[in-house]
Amino acid sequence: MAHAPAVAHGGGHTTSTGTENRKLLMWIFLGSECLFFGSLIATYLVFKHQVIERGIGPFPVDVTIDGVSHHGILDIPLTSTSTFVLLMSSVTMVLAVYGAQHARMKMMKLGLLATMVLGLTFLGFQVYEFRTFGHEGLNLTTNLFGATFFVLTGFHGTHVGVGVLYLGSMLAASFRRNGLGRDTGAHVEIAGLYWHFVDIVWIVIFTVLYLIP
Amino acid sequence: MYASASAVYDAAPFAAAAPRRLTVGVADGTGTGGWDWRASVAARVGTVAGAWEGTGVRARVAAPRRTPGRPRIRALRRGLVPLALVVLAVALLGCDAPMSTSEIEGSWNKEVWKPYWVIIWLAGIVFVAIMAATIVLSLMYRERPGREARQIHGNTKFEVVWTIIPVVIVLVMMVPTLDSLFKLDEEPPADALKVEVIGHQWWFEFRYPELDIVTANELHIPEGRVVDYALRSVDVIHSFWVPQLAGKVDMVPGRDNRMAFSALNARPEPYLGQCVEFCGTSHANMRFRVFVHTAEDFERWAREQAAPRVSSVSRTAEEAFLAAPCLGCHTVRGTNAAGIAGPNLTHVGSRTTIGSGMLENTPAELRRWIANSSAVKPGSKMPPMAQSAGGTLTDEQIDVIIGYLQSLK
Amino acid sequence: MATVAGTLAQPTHTGVWSWITTVDHKRIGVLYGVSGFSFFLWGGLLALLMRTQLAVPNGTVIESDRFSQLFTMHALTMIFLAIMPMGAGFFNYMIPLMIGARDVAFPRLNALSYWTFLGGASILSLSFFFEAPGGGWFNYAPLSERPYSDGSGIDFYVVGLLTLGLSSLMAALNFAVTIINLRAPGMTMMRMPVFVWMTFVISVLLILALPPLTVGLIQLLFDRQFGTHFFIATEGGDPLLWQHIFWVFGHPEVYILILPAMGIVSEVLPTFSRKPLFGYPAVVFSGIAIAVLSWVVWSHHMFTTGMGSVPRAVFAVNTMIIGVPTGIKVFNWLATLYGGSIRFTTAMYFAVAFIATFTIGGISGVMHASPPVDSQHQDTYFVVAHLHYVLFGGAIMGIFAGIYYWFPKMTGRFLSEALGRWHFWLLFIGMNMTFFPMHFLGIAGMPRRIYTYDDGLDWGFWNMFATIGSYVIAVSLLIFLVNFFRSVRQEPTAEANPWNAPTLEWGTSSPPPEHDFDAIYTVRARDPLWYDRDHGIAPPEVTGEHIHMPPPSYYPILIAIGITLLGVGALSHLAVSALGGVIAYYGVWGWALEPTD
Repeated sequence: MAHAPAVAHGGGHTTSTGTENRKLLMWIFLGSECLFFGSLIATYLVFKHQVIERGIGPFPVDVTIDGVSHHGILDIPLTSTSTFVLLMSSVTMVLAVYGAQHARMKMMKLGLLATMVLGLTFLGFQVYEFRTFGHEGLNLTTNLFGATFFVLTGFHGTHVGVGVLYLGSMLAASFRRNGLGRDTGAHVEIAGLYWHFVDIVWIVIFTVLYLIP
Repeated sequence: MYASASAVYDAAPFAAAAPRRLTVGVADGTGTGGWDWRASVAARVGTVAGAWEGTGVRARVAAPRRTPGRPRIRALRRGLVPLALVVLAVALLGCDAPMSTSEIEGSWNKEVWKPYWVIIWLAGIVFVAIMAATIVLSLMYRERPGREARQIHGNTKFEVVWTIIPVVIVLVMMVPTLDSLFKLDEEPPADALKVEVIGHQWWFEFRYPELDIVTANELHIPEGRVVDYALRSVDVIHSFWVPQLAGKVDMVPGRDNRMAFSALNARPEPYLGQCVEFCGTSHANMRFRVFVHTAEDFERWAREQAAPRVSSVSRTAEEAFLAAPCLGCHTVRGTNAAGIAGPNLTHVGSRTTIGSGMLENTPAELRRWIANSSAVKPGSKMPPMAQSAGGTLTDEQIDVIIGYLQSLK
Repeated sequence: MATVAGTLAQPTHTGVWSWITTVDHKRIGVLYGVSGFSFFLWGGLLALLMRTQLAVPNGTVIESDRFSQLFTMHALTMIFLAIMPMGAGFFNYMIPLMIGARDVAFPRLNALSYWTFLGGASILSLSFFFEAPGGGWFNYAPLSERPYSDGSGIDFYVVGLLTLGLSSLMAALNFAVTIINLRAPGMTMMRMPVFVWMTFVISVLLILALPPLTVGLIQLLFDRQFGTHFFIATEGGDPLLWQHIFWVFGHPEVYILILPAMGIVSEVLPTFSRKPLFGYPAVVFSGIAIAVLSWVVWSHHMFTTGMGSVPRAVFAVNTMIIGVPTGIKVFNWLATLYGGSIRFTTAMYFAVAFIATFTIGGISGVMHASPPVDSQHQDTYFVVAHLHYVLFGGAIMGIFAGIYYWFPKMTGRFLSEALGRWHFWLLFIGMNMTFFPMHFLGIAGMPRRIYTYDDGLDWGFWNMFATIGSYVIAVSLLIFLVNFFRSVRQEPTAEANPWNAPTLEWGTSSPPPEHDFDAIYTVRARDPLWYDRDHGIAPPEVTGEHIHMPPPSYYPILIAIGITLLGVGALSHLAVSALGGVIAYYGVWGWALEPTD
């Protein structure tokens, strides 16, 4: 007796792999995002040494050109702090997901709020860094370090911003009468996937741009 | 209207259909999923009106068409051979076209045609084999009354064989390819003639750094001697190509691309060259000519070109020239015209073309060019000179300048 | 035994609004197909103009800048607005049916993909009213940069492609999840029809190839609008970086264009040969191999840019290797004909012709896989011949095979076989007349992208011949249009499986009911309908349970309008973009909260 597992609309029904449709969608989307950030990082690496060779600063690290020493513009202690903030936001996100999956709404809401606050704090650090660099003479058009740096970190920041908007929308929706509905756990888990991905991308960016000489 | 759709699920007709005989539709033709090949033949034989009776409905059965078979294959083959010969003959017409890539007039082409011949033969064999197989199989296995299709799912032996065959073909192609690739890239000998080819929108500048020559639109080289080309661009990507001598290498701004080859035969007619990477409005008009000289003729040409402008020019004509806007963009050695935006005109009178290979170097063409170059060559950066086109020179002034330019041999 | 909803073969809603809010994969497929075909005709018209200009030396029909816009827009239209959407039309209509599902995994996302496509297509095509892009479809830097292309054309290109890329990405994500998760019970991956496999493979390719293009377009946008210098050599940038980024996308893109047609042909050939596809696993795995290898060949488009010999050698070898799985497919298709009882419907003509003409394109491609040979072929009409043989002789032939094959399924009627034959032969002859001589022209030294050429180069004869061929193609398409419009108005006479085909879409009525299948099949083998018939297995029993289909929604088109305005604002005023963003966000809220039950 054939039963009809075919899904008329995604979510909650039996699937051929067992992974829920929307979660699979988010995973595959994140795969494409890997290529997106990968291309931006590759462009950065292509131009990395050439900036120093051309001798037009500011430069990412301390260099001496023709006897003149230039101070590297990247502030590693500051960015380490902002990285830590973003990492903590992943922790709060995990708490939000746990709360959503175990019907602990207060935990979920607090977790979402905390993640948003930490995300915004990270963005605050980014804005501060961008403005400082601007004052020190580095902007989009100064040299290719400026171009690649701002485009890469700018798009990452945009992804964080979209994430904050995403979480904020979920938080707002959770105050409705039936909250996020019966798939609350799945919804928040999928948002968590996105948030953790954005965090991991930052780890990679931080390592490649700031930590590796 | 779609009640018959549910008839699809009526089990009875399926049981009635003999298993594995896919050519046979349902006997009573109630259209429950099978189709009737006879009807399809009838539909073909029938008129246009019959065509929309389609194949899901039993059509009137007319006399089937003559069944296809051997006679048709033979007939087709007989027709194909002369067709192929005609195509080949006409194709070979391309072989002595003035810009044909199949001429071997340069050392580069000589090298390229080693893998090229191998590849053309392989391509031809594969082409004939696949076309023949397609046609023959299509004709041989057309439906015939009583024929059943053989339910073959695969055959490992064949599949292995026809995996290996392409691999072998690839290997056969690869060896001469890699050999020529590396040979073409070899460092030129130390006594190679150095030429810089600089691309501008839309003309070619040629410099001979060791001979102190700067010219445009025409490349002169000695026969049999390797020339080491440095390829550059001041604006967008261009590409340097003289098809009868060599392949192309792009001229990329910010890069110093190199290629080296020799021309094999001196001859009076030039070889034709063209820019071959889309570079804007007059990409189609960015042409040049290559003259291959004997060693002595080349020496003579080089001496003449390295010298400043000939002393036999009319002074008044020269003053008229220098008073005109020309020196803003052009250089004439021996005068104070030192503009570099446009081609060097020191020996323009000795060139066969102007406008980067577009126009013959005659007074009439020069007049068209100088008066309003962008009417001749769209996008030309040289502003119009004739007063009638918005410039500052009268027709008489232009005539004087033309005379001057023609005297700059 | 009639079913509750089974006799409803037509959707209950009609009218424009029902089409605007539809989330039914079949309707979305029709929308994609009709749009795609219309753009195909438009792109063809652009080509006719070019061919008319090139028929004689020193032609004066079209002037230089307009000609550049024509060849740029012809390629962009054919690739992004014609072939990809027509392919998407078939994916949409057929994939759920072929895997025994009732719809795609995300019906509203499906609708959103279509409307976003239409938005992006509008941005790109309406550029002709301002300034169409004119740098070629791959638009090399620095010609695409501000000093050399100062008008708005390239900006339309950037915004249009970003929007279209987003649309394709959404569709690819949808199909990947659908194929992975929504297969009927018993349909393992190796029992899926080849067309489904190819759709899956290109979905993965799209998901991975579109992001680099997005990055390249963003970098070009920043160079043009914000003064960065990614591709400007004088400021330290690298024009070749654009080429690398573009072709990392561009090469997988051409396989995205051809694999669906290969999938269609792999369905049509067995049906009309009345035997299974020969060597199904090999055909599937070679498709996967082609997709994987497509990532390591991109620089064969850059052989003449001055790359070192070692990189060129590597890319040459990889490119030659990709010919192997392609060859395997061709042999398997031919072997499918062997021993068959072939019925030559128009669909079958196109499928068999595909084998021939695609192979010609494949052969010429492998020829310039060799960098020494490519040093002569690159940027000449030889490459134009190659690409048209694989895209016209390949993708378009395959698409027409699909149209004639699946027209009865989608409409319940048959396209006229008589007119179809006229269409086929004129198209086949016209196509070969137009593009085969381009091989000769390339060898004779004719560069590509030139708006005119001089007398005395021996190029005039074949150019004129090719132009006549292009008009023959145009006539054949007119015949097809006549066929199409007359056929849709015939009485519907097609039953479920008029071709006696093996795959599941033929196991439901023609056209299918809105819910696709009255009862979901259990799949026991590849070619399920043939297996069931051979083993006397009846179609599944209708259980009478309530089949729930997703309700229509206007949020997809609303969000698509928002996205399009985002793009339009980038070309005009940022306020328009802001408005677009607000509309899109509002649409997302509505979508998220709208009931799907």
